[in-house]
Amino acid sequence: MRKIQVEICTGTACFVMGASELMLLEEKLPESLQDKVEITGSPCMGNCHSERKSHLPFVKIDGEVIEDANLPDVIERIEKIAEGNKNA
Amino acid sequence: MLNINNNASNINREILVRIARLQLEGKLRDGVHYIPRELAPTDKPPFRCCVYHDRAILRMRVVARLGCSVEDCDEDKPLYDYAAEALKREKPTWPMLTVLHDACNGCVRSHYMVTNACQGCFARPCMVNCPKKAITVDKHAHIDETKCINCGLCMQNCPYHSIIKIPVPCEEACPVGAISKDESGHEKIDYDKCIFCGNCMRSCPFGAMMDKSQLVDVIRHMMENKKKVVALYAPAIASQFRAESGQLEEALLDAGFDKVYEVALGADICADKEAKEFEERMARGDKMMTTSCCSAYVRAVQIHVPELKECVSSTRSPMHYTAEIARKEDPDCITVFIGPCLAKRREGFDDNIVNYVLSIEEVGALLIAKGIEIASLKSKEQKVIPTSTGRNFAKTGGVEEAVAARLKDKSILRPAVINGLDKTGMKTLAMYGMINSGKLPCKPDTPNLIEVMACEGGCIGGPSVITNPKIASVQLGKYVAEGTKTE
Repeated sequence: MRKIQVEICTGTACFVMGASELMLLEEKLPESLQDKVEITGSPCMGNCHSERKSHLPFVKIDGEVIEDANLPDVIERIEKIAEGNKNA
Repeated sequence: MLNINNNASNINREILVRIARLQLEGKLRDGVHYIPRELAPTDKPPFRCCVYHDRAILRMRVVARLGCSVEDCDEDKPLYDYAAEALKREKPTWPMLTVLHDACNGCVRSHYMVTNACQGCFARPCMVNCPKKAITVDKHAHIDETKCINCGLCMQNCPYHSIIKIPVPCEEACPVGAISKDESGHEKIDYDKCIFCGNCMRSCPFGAMMDKSQLVDVIRHMMENKKKVVALYAPAIASQFRAESGQLEEALLDAGFDKVYEVALGADICADKEAKEFEERMARGDKMMTTSCCSAYVRAVQIHVPELKECVSSTRSPMHYTAEIARKEDPDCITVFIGPCLAKRREGFDDNIVNYVLSIEEVGALLIAKGIEIASLKSKEQKVIPTSTGRNFAKTGGVEEAVAARLKDKSILRPAVINGLDKTGMKTLAMYGMINSGKLPCKPDTPNLIEVMACEGGCIGGPSVITNPKIASVQLGKYVAEGTKTE
């Protein structure tokens, strides 16, 4: 089955704004989701350099950018997608 | 425990980024006024009662981030004037910490409280065990606060766990009792007791304890371009980004430093000297020696455990030795130590060959302001590579191992590590003090080399780190593995 793709931005700006906490995602994921998610570190996604004043850090889940990302929000989003995949 | 990266820490970093940007554009004085307004716009829900309250507190955060004390902050003095002062400042000003009274929640005095879970039981262990007869029970237990001495026996004895302690987080975190409430109920730091460990800073859920930034001063020297500004980066800093140390050095050069030194070089000198000193001390019959690289620890001994003073190694810190190397090459250079540490700001204040001490938060802000992406840079070739043991000073146990690796006869060594100076750590220190003064016996298995680090986990758990220590530990491992062998 296709896994949910989670890309954590590990660029300089995201790291200064706390991206390292997100790298603990693997151990914080509920057991039921562990094998459904593929987590990768991504080089700077470039969003922070755009004119639009965005909020760091960034995480991309299946291509969708989450701003001001934190662990609970990211896990919630993954749960929703997993739920949708199950029903599909 | 609070996350290292939380709303309070992120807002303080955001302010640093904005200050750095403005200063680099030459607009600090005129632009600084708008930072509180930009960070607390009217179209976003406020953290406190209203955006105006948020802005008032942000204004004080800006003052601290300009390197000024907030305690004597004048409400009528425009940020423009604070910025002008910061740009003229010759030296960082005392003290390193500042308390934002208006952000300080003025938490209620630490006390014990009976909750609804109280069953008003028949045995009444709370009442029976209270040494001050402060508890009465009708349907529920009641604590008479005028009699209560906060001993906690009622809480320990309640079979329903119905009595709880309401702590004051900063007071609870301070290992040396340096923080207490003033008449107005706000926290005040007693700088005669403070060891600048930074525990209060990372524990306050309101972010009311702030370190005074020196970033404006360093950027000013870079822009003036009169003297060379050199960066001395601590081993813990190499663990803070997902990049190679050569890339980090390249990034620091791009950020405006003229030269970059690894403080691990100074750590190697420090370990060499400490190994030699340890051998000499043991030969002359000393009971024990402790490490001396952690300045919060050294201060803790000087102020709070005088019996242990003579055991602290007389070796200076890696920061000092690295500054010596830099000054030997260019006696006129401005030395800027970069670390995760508040106590180093204190140490730097007294060390006349260290001009400034920046936190990794400040350097991170500078990198963002300059739009530098570390991982995209070419790795700078490093001419002298420090040893793995020197680089591992950033981790608990690392200093002791570095000294051990340099001993001629390792059989004389009985090492011990104090991993974090919390209240328990302070008690362990006091115990070693009593052993040294003869009040407690020195047994054949009593440790003779004691490494003390004020932060749990070592410097990678410092109060100003930006990276979760678990992740930092892995990244430090790579950096350490690339070091040279100890001869």
